[in-house]
Amino acid sequence: MPFTAKETKRNEKAKDIMNQQPQVPEGLFQKCSKCNEIIYTEDIIANYHICPNCNNYFRVSPRTRLSMVLDEGSFQEWDKDLPISDPLNFPGYITKLERLRAASNLDEAVITGEGKLNGISVAIGVMASDFLMGSMGEVVGEKLTRLIEGATKRRLPLIVFSCSGGARMQEGIVSLMQMAKTAGALKRHDEAGLLYISVLTDPTTGGVMASFAMLGDVILAEPGVLAGFAGPRVIEQTIGQKLPEGFQRSEFLLEHGFIDKIVKRSRMRAVLSFLVASCGEKKLEENEALFNEEDVD
Amino acid sequence: MGEEITAWERVKIARGNTRPTSLDYIGKIFDKFLELHGDRVYGDDGAVVGGIAEIENIPVTIIGHQKGRTIKQNMKRNFGMPNPEGYRKALRLMKQAEKFKRPIICFVDTPGAFCGMEAEERGQAEAIAKNLMELSSLKTPILSIVIGEGGSGGALAMAVADEVWMLENATYSILSPEGFASILWKDSKRAGEAAEIMKITAKDLKDMKIIEKVIPETISEKIEENQEGETLEAQTVLLPTELTIENMDSLAKEMRIQILEFLHQYKNKTIEELIKMRYQRFRKL
Repeated sequence: MPFTAKETKRNEKAKDIMNQQPQVPEGLFQKCSKCNEIIYTEDIIANYHICPNCNNYFRVSPRTRLSMVLDEGSFQEWDKDLPISDPLNFPGYITKLERLRAASNLDEAVITGEGKLNGISVAIGVMASDFLMGSMGEVVGEKLTRLIEGATKRRLPLIVFSCSGGARMQEGIVSLMQMAKTAGALKRHDEAGLLYISVLTDPTTGGVMASFAMLGDVILAEPGVLAGFAGPRVIEQTIGQKLPEGFQRSEFLLEHGFIDKIVKRSRMRAVLSFLVASCGEKKLEENEALFNEEDVD
Repeated sequence: MGEEITAWERVKIARGNTRPTSLDYIGKIFDKFLELHGDRVYGDDGAVVGGIAEIENIPVTIIGHQKGRTIKQNMKRNFGMPNPEGYRKALRLMKQAEKFKRPIICFVDTPGAFCGMEAEERGQAEAIAKNLMELSSLKTPILSIVIGEGGSGGALAMAVADEVWMLENATYSILSPEGFASILWKDSKRAGEAAEIMKITAKDLKDMKIIEKVIPETISEKIEENQEGETLEAQTVLLPTELTIENMDSLAKEMRIQILEFLHQYKNKTIEELIKMRYQRFRKL
């Protein structure tokens, strides 16, 4: 139905008012990608970056993750700014990496280092989904391998939060080799009798899932994480049919026996603390308080 | 030698339907072979064959991806794309080899690990990851030879070895050129272009120090008799004639010699030395 002249005028006026309104400072509100609700950013942060309306888990940056898990101010970063690798001389790749490095305050798709968890030193790596989909090329593989080797040498428990589309295409076969490299380093950490906890976050697929992410003594996942070898689109193309709801999600992995536990973000620090303490020299009783009924299935 | 064969042409050769498969090499190179089946967990994967063989009285464990030639064979072999039970069978046999101190020889020939629903349900990622981890410190020499397609993690799970060799026209890559083009350029039709960029040929990978050796695909011509009825030496010519089961004898003979050299060379290494070298082989990449 066409607008009357009056209505048109009113609409224009409304538009003007909208345009003239002082802009909401960027980041004050966020729209939930799942329920589309507009939410006060501070409420999201206070809620562990989970939508208070629909419980959707937002992806979080590695720094945020570290601050949610480790003792405050305890993180010390290792191996920052390793040189860029471009074994295929892939057109535009170096420029793309440099642009990403400048824009994201990350040097690559993983941050590694050491920190404390309830006073216990741990080696920890956290992948970044917004750095080329958290894909693993030579630098990511090298940083993780150094982390694992450092943990073995210093007899530290190891925690890796995975979040990756898999091996990085732009570096070709060299990316594939990182799977063997990290798995080999983990074998030595394992043989040294040390604890490795792998935490799957959304999404973890491909070469990362088929190497270090599935090699934990304990494997945890956040709720609803997509984790699998092949991506859903590839499987659908292969078998020529739609995948059922929930396929390859955390709950599916738990049901099929491939992860130990689904852990809510709000409980992650407590569960990790318990595991690290229980596999170390510290007595269990001291940490029992950390492990409350919420974690009992 | 004639014009250089392009990477994309090699991809097509490596996938060729008449190209010899793992079982063909096993039959031609080794003196005896007893196939063993099953992963002891779920089933027996036809896309992976394995067992115990003998070569000049040396017992070895052999594991290979297995493709079929006909549709019926490929139903059984799943076009050489293993499910998790294939990797678990491989690992079981490799552990057995370690126990009985037999060297391991792997033949790699797969488009990749199978991307199906059941494969996910039974833990494709876990099966591959575990092989990578266990092979990294397995206490027996391991040689992997890529004879056709070396596709992604599905190939790597059988190529965490002390040495990796490739036939001249075999390929070894992070993903198929089609998949690579589809991911990076959203256009799988640019596979040919992708193949040239990806460094997937034996020569490229040797130059990058990803592999140790390129085996030229010499082929046997029919042995002819001269007028006096004497048998002439088998002729060898270089490609572009395609390798087939009929003309693979001279290649198999050469591979036998080289495999024996490998076995003798590695026999003298201590386990400690072996594991350290294998770790370094991947550590430097």
